Amino acid sequence: MKKCQKCSVKYVTFHILEVLGDNQYEEFHLCEECAQKYIYESQVKSSAKGTAGSAAEESDDVSGLNQKECPECGLKFVEFRNSGRLGCPHDYEAFREELIPLLENIHGDVKHCGKVPHRFPQTKQTQRELLKLRKQLHQAVTKEAYEEAAQLRDRIRLLEQS
Amino acid sequence: MNLETLTRSSGEWLRGTGPESDIVISTRIRLARNLAAFPFTNRASAHQKGEIEAILRDRISKLDIHPKLIYVNIPGLSPLDRQLLVERQLISRELAAAEGPRGVALGPQETVSLMVNEEDHLRLQVMRSGLALDEAWQDIDKVDDLIEQRVTYAFSEEFGYLTACPTNVGTGMRASVMLHLPALVLTKQIEKVFRALQKINLAVRGLYGEGSRASGDFYQISNQVTLGKSETTILNEIREVIPQIINYERQARAVLVQGNRQALQDKVWRAFGTLRNATIMTSEETMDLLSSVRLGINLGLLEDLSIPTVNELFINTQPAHLQKLMGTELDGEERNAARARYLRTRLREIGAQPN
Repeated sequence: MKKCQKCSVKYVTFHILEVLGDNQYEEFHLCEECAQKYIYESQVKSSAKGTAGSAAEESDDVSGLNQKECPECGLKFVEFRNSGRLGCPHDYEAFREELIPLLENIHGDVKHCGKVPHRFPQTKQTQRELLKLRKQLHQAVTKEAYEEAAQLRDRIRLLEQS
Repeated sequence: MNLETLTRSSGEWLRGTGPESDIVISTRIRLARNLAAFPFTNRASAHQKGEIEAILRDRISKLDIHPKLIYVNIPGLSPLDRQLLVERQLISRELAAAEGPRGVALGPQETVSLMVNEEDHLRLQVMRSGLALDEAWQDIDKVDDLIEQRVTYAFSEEFGYLTACPTNVGTGMRASVMLHLPALVLTKQIEKVFRALQKINLAVRGLYGEGSRASGDFYQISNQVTLGKSETTILNEIREVIPQIINYERQARAVLVQGNRQALQDKVWRAFGTLRNATIMTSEETMDLLSSVRLGINLGLLEDLSIPTVNELFINTQPAHLQKLMGTELDGEERNAARARYLRTRLREIGAQPN
């Protein structure tokens, strides 16, 4: 059996034929792990392209989209594309448009149906408030405003206990 | 907790009891949860990870669960102890290998494990011997509710429980059933089963999860989709398919026995003979041979040896368990010799004979 061409450790179990264009193909022979990663990453990439308009202006638009950033955690969309991991809960808002085709692809659905935290009605507001306070706290610590930071920390504690 | 005590038992998932336990090894459900106010683990600073751990550790210690969970600080463990927890399926390979503040809260029966600062801030896991999806779900749902009373989870009405990886968003639930399918492997029908499962969006993985080889003919069947279906629907989909796979495996076993009993018996007894007499044994070969022995016991081709004993041999011949039992660290070659010695001694102690 041949070894995987990506990790060259495990045996090949997947043969992928990527159709690039007219009579242009690229072949991959991968182990399960590398194949899953490959498929997942190409889903992330294609969903990014899908929202970026026509193919002609694709490269410019994709790079514009890639620079899109979450205001809460500072994650750029390109970082998500490369790692497959989001940076914070708010990313689902910040990259909502880009994520929806990806979620559709992975799950065949885009709307949650299932358990809801019992306290969700009460915590909806708290979630937003906590995020804001955390950000302010981070800023206060960065500019060494320790008194302000202490006050913010107390408010966060209080909210978290509630 | 003293991790040494773990090596004296084979843990919940290898207890070898529960419904359909000749084929179904264990049932496991895990839930991915995150705190609303923090970045996900991969983007949290060392300081934030410390805070996340402190909050969750505190809340977990106050949970109304009896007997109490024991919190283990992962960075404080030696690499060998971490590996031990991975082999017992109490923590993931990712949690063992990660950096920074992280830990796991364990129930004394090893049925509950709560991982802190894994890919998500909190990964709850419940394990049951045999086929027990309902019981596992009831347990984990309860623990999840208890924790949720004390922390604010990241949740949106639209996308459900928000997770670091979009493949887990929604319910955050992965339910898996571990099956021992030696006859489907022997009769080369296993690929066919996998293809059928993939068509209905169920994933098949090896013993130690993603990317791991299906050693010892152990396979985990789990749901792929986490968004757009309720927990009950997902569990039902798995519940419906498992009896069919069990049925295929039983049919394949019957075919093997009727078709060529002698050849099957020869395979089982050779496996047993090798385990009882070899002087060098890799972990992989041990798994393969024990798989044949396990099949032999279930088909009545081997007596004097019980399934719990075989399960004990499965877990105790894993690298970290073996080194714990020997009381010393061993390199690869030393391990293979120690493993063979351990198997010879144990099998002679039990006095098991082919019948």
